[in-house]
Amino acid sequence: MAQEYLLRLYVTGQTARSARALANLQAICEEELQGRYRIEVIDVLENPERGENERIVATPTLIRELPPPIRRIIGDLSDRDEVLHGLELVSPGQRESLQ
Amino acid sequence: MSADALPGIDKLATGIPGFDAIARGGLPEGRTTLVAGTPGSAKTVFAGQFLAAGIQRDDTPGVFVTCEEAPADLRRNFGAFGWSMADWEADGRWTFVDVSPDPDEETVEAGSYDLGALVARIEHAVERSGARRLAIDSLGAMFSRFPDTRQVRRDLFRIASRLKALGVTAVMTAERETEYGPVARHGVEEFVADNVVILRNILENETRRRTLEILKFRGTQHQKGEYPFTILPEGGLIAIPLSAMELTQHSTDVRTTSGNDELDRMCGGGFYRDSIVLVSGATGTGKTLMATEFTAGGLAAGERCMLFAFEESREQLMRNARGWNVDYAPAEGAGNLAIRCDYPEAAGLEDHLVRIKQEIDRFRPDRVALDSLTALERVASPRGFREFVISLTSFIKERQIAGLFTASTPSLMGGASVTEAHISTLTDSIIVLRYVEMRGRVHRGLAVLKMRGAGHDAGIRCFNIDDRGMHIGQRFSGVEGILEGHPVHVQQGDEDT
Repeated sequence: MAQEYLLRLYVTGQTARSARALANLQAICEEELQGRYRIEVIDVLENPERGENERIVATPTLIRELPPPIRRIIGDLSDRDEVLHGLELVSPGQRESLQ
Repeated sequence: MSADALPGIDKLATGIPGFDAIARGGLPEGRTTLVAGTPGSAKTVFAGQFLAAGIQRDDTPGVFVTCEEAPADLRRNFGAFGWSMADWEADGRWTFVDVSPDPDEETVEAGSYDLGALVARIEHAVERSGARRLAIDSLGAMFSRFPDTRQVRRDLFRIASRLKALGVTAVMTAERETEYGPVARHGVEEFVADNVVILRNILENETRRRTLEILKFRGTQHQKGEYPFTILPEGGLIAIPLSAMELTQHSTDVRTTSGNDELDRMCGGGFYRDSIVLVSGATGTGKTLMATEFTAGGLAAGERCMLFAFEESREQLMRNARGWNVDYAPAEGAGNLAIRCDYPEAAGLEDHLVRIKQEIDRFRPDRVALDSLTALERVASPRGFREFVISLTSFIKERQIAGLFTASTPSLMGGASVTEAHISTLTDSIIVLRYVEMRGRVHRGLAVLKMRGAGHDAGIRCFNIDDRGMHIGQRFSGVEGILEGHPVHVQQGDEDT
């Protein structure tokens, strides 16, 4: 169960929302994926081509590149349950018992 | 600068056929215009054509932001209009910004967001390509995809402001629920409120009719009201500016033959070259014959002639003409005559109109006969038909072509035709053909009712038809009420001869 996670976080500029999204992501990863995750932050303002290639519309957008399949989460990642669900870090059964 | 343009806002000629006349020059330059319509009202075609026309006109680069359909689908749909999508994309004249949802990818929402990436991508595409035109299709798709409507609205407003700052003229499409209701869903008109174009696809008298209306252009002029448009498989949207065209007409005093010497005399020396003559009468009174003589007379005078027939097949038409000693074949062979036979039901009236115009511009005739308007009236609503006649008459007059249209009256003995009632004010001259019952025999009568700005024989003349055509004889004397279809014999001697 030592799966590597590659997470790309697309933001637009150094806004409070961008910073919040990164902080939330880091906190969740530290708790759930210690030592087996990598986060890349891409600023679409600086790299519009990458935003174009990934067809990013809303920011922040988090894309789980690895493990497959690709998953997308939009928002500042403040809704922890939704992030865990989006990254498939909780099984549906677990999810129900949490609620 | 025309009197229409107020200082401050220039117009950008779109190149969409007919639209610029209605818009008095085009879309407000450097602004965003909302194009709203119900599903199937051709919003996407309008948006695409706005860019295509810019490229075709003067190589203006454009950016197409698609929020709903995948670029691959649009390439195929637009390519079918004859637009060179592959070439245009390859050399940067057309850029897609693909915002369409990926059906295989589920997106989870976890917290607040904005459409900053979309704004950045659009700006990037505009700056890289040097685009002067941009289309976003459609806003509704953004609202259904991102539930935070307040945020979406705010970001779309941001996009509109950025485009304004960049000097880009933009079209954004939006959905409507009803043809005559609120401007658009989701309150989008609030942030692109300055300029609104409505596209409609109306069911009227069991006939589909497309119209375009400019609801507002802030600070600049446009034509008011609904204008019909159609979509041609080979070219896209084509609008039909009616009153906008009427203004440009001028008239000449040059006379041209009606094809019948006596009728020429009755009209004071023939028809005017750029006038439209309506020939009205019951079935069998000689309308098609008049159209035939009009055509043959033009050919004999060395003119190029066109004949549009909507009631008879080609064979029947040729046979009828031969029966009146007119042979069309040599003139057609020599390229001086073009005959087009079509079923009225083969297309919508707007499509007929566009085809007729195209054929006329291709063949460049000196005179045009159309037999009959009544057949075309069957496939249209009253309003659509009137618009058709206005548009066709102004088109023909603009080119200084002589036109002769026929119309059928429903009753054998008299009365006005429906067609006549609708369009009599639009034609320059009206000739009525009537059956006249006198002393147990049926005669034929002819009268020139109206002749633009000229004296004419106001008498009702009898005529007969034989294998050499129409022969106009004497006035009916001692009879009144022929035009109404109720001839009454009166005392001789009190006439104003």
